Amino acid sequence: MGFLDVTQKLFEGFGVSCLLFILTLVFSLPLGLVISFGSMSKFKPLSWIVRTFVWIIRGTPLMLQLFVVFYVPGLLFNIQLFSGDNGRFTAALVAFVINYACYFSEIYRGGIEGIPKGQYEAAEVLGMTAVETFFTVILMQVVKRILAPISNEVITLVKDTSLARVIAVAEIFFVNEMDYLAYGIVWPLFYIAVFFLVFVGALTLFFGWCEKKLSYYRV
Amino acid sequence: MAFLEVTGLKKRFGNTSVLHGVDFTMEKGEVLAIIGSSGGGKTTLLRCLNFLEMANEGTIRMEGGFTFHAAKQYTPAEIREMRLKMGLVFQSFNLFPQYTALENVYIPMQLRAKEALRAEYPFGHARREAIGNAKVRNMAQAEKLLAEVGLADKMGNYPYQLSGGQQQRVAIARALAMQPDILCFDEPTSALDPALTGEVLRVIRSLKDAENGRTMIVVTHEMEFAAHVADKVIFMADGVIEEMGTPEEVFGNPKSEKCRAFLHGEKV
Repeated sequence: MGFLDVTQKLFEGFGVSCLLFILTLVFSLPLGLVISFGSMSKFKPLSWIVRTFVWIIRGTPLMLQLFVVFYVPGLLFNIQLFSGDNGRFTAALVAFVINYACYFSEIYRGGIEGIPKGQYEAAEVLGMTAVETFFTVILMQVVKRILAPISNEVITLVKDTSLARVIAVAEIFFVNEMDYLAYGIVWPLFYIAVFFLVFVGALTLFFGWCEKKLSYYRV
Repeated sequence: MAFLEVTGLKKRFGNTSVLHGVDFTMEKGEVLAIIGSSGGGKTTLLRCLNFLEMANEGTIRMEGGFTFHAAKQYTPAEIREMRLKMGLVFQSFNLFPQYTALENVYIPMQLRAKEALRAEYPFGHARREAIGNAKVRNMAQAEKLLAEVGLADKMGNYPYQLSGGQQQRVAIARALAMQPDILCFDEPTSALDPALTGEVLRVIRSLKDAENGRTMIVVTHEMEFAAHVADKVIFMADGVIEEMGTPEEVFGNPKSEKCRAFLHGEKV
């Protein structure tokens, strides 16, 4: 196993991991907001259903959810939803998006409910509509409040992408596994660690920069 | 008919009745002080006048403004319209922390200007130009208002960079910017250090002394202020108006037992 050989394969696998990471964020960040509105709904049945769903998703392992999304449609209903490499990737993406959207929804909910009532009332007496209030007054305060917990989740997601390995998505572990397990070579494992460390390091710098950008006001 | 006429106003929260029928009137240009111990319903009355709470019974009528009947259902748009005739300054300022003092005053004005212009110009260049003009106008107006409350040099500061007294003065400018017919204050100095109450009370006083004096309702614990600035004083206890009259009458010769006890307690 040459170094270049391993490097090339790791980059291939890392590409898949990155894609999974980015697509998960693209879908789960907005979906989380929708779910949070559902769980905060004044229509109680909706709020109960959504909260139960969030409880189930947060209360079971992501690995289990990957298995369920990938295998259950075929085994129980005989539907071939996810076939081939793309199918595996899609199944992983679906499981990740649902899982992370639920976590994000709780962060959003905390952020939105933590905004003092006085902010809404001030907006009301100044004649703002509900939409104006959310976008001009509430949103940026929520963003500032949730930045730290969101960055935590995002960093966890980087490492969780490796779980997609359990349904044989060709992410960074899967592509190299046969090689290092078959030959008993250890160093690629540490090499993989370097990939994660660099990625998370970059994210940490990014979130630090965001925090600085938002430091001009205090909530 | 009086400028503002409140009749039979009642408000319950669940089983707790907070206002059991409040009646009063006030004239344009008058300053009305509402005093009384905590839990007497002063703040709830003010919140009902601003439609932050919906009264369960009674009517609120403003001459040339609106008529609110508690029994009727109102759409959010109708409530918004009535609300804009009233202004409210909160005890805890409630400035928007992510905006500068100037933006706090300017943004709500501009939102309303935009709404009006959207209705006037359906689309296109003319609308953009009109909104641009409104921006210049409103920005200038916001600067003028901040200068009037003595904050010409603090316009670019964020709320956390201002003292409580300065924040409250921004909040007053922000409320004035909406050009309400009646400006209400909910214990405007209660969250302030004693050293800072003076600057806020001076601003409120200056609004009364201005050429066409503002119509104001001030819920306050500052008896000195109520006695010297108000044209009319209301003493509230247990959800009703116990005593109403000129400051001389209420402070000098209160007829109600509760009012006497309250004023006595205040002086001790």
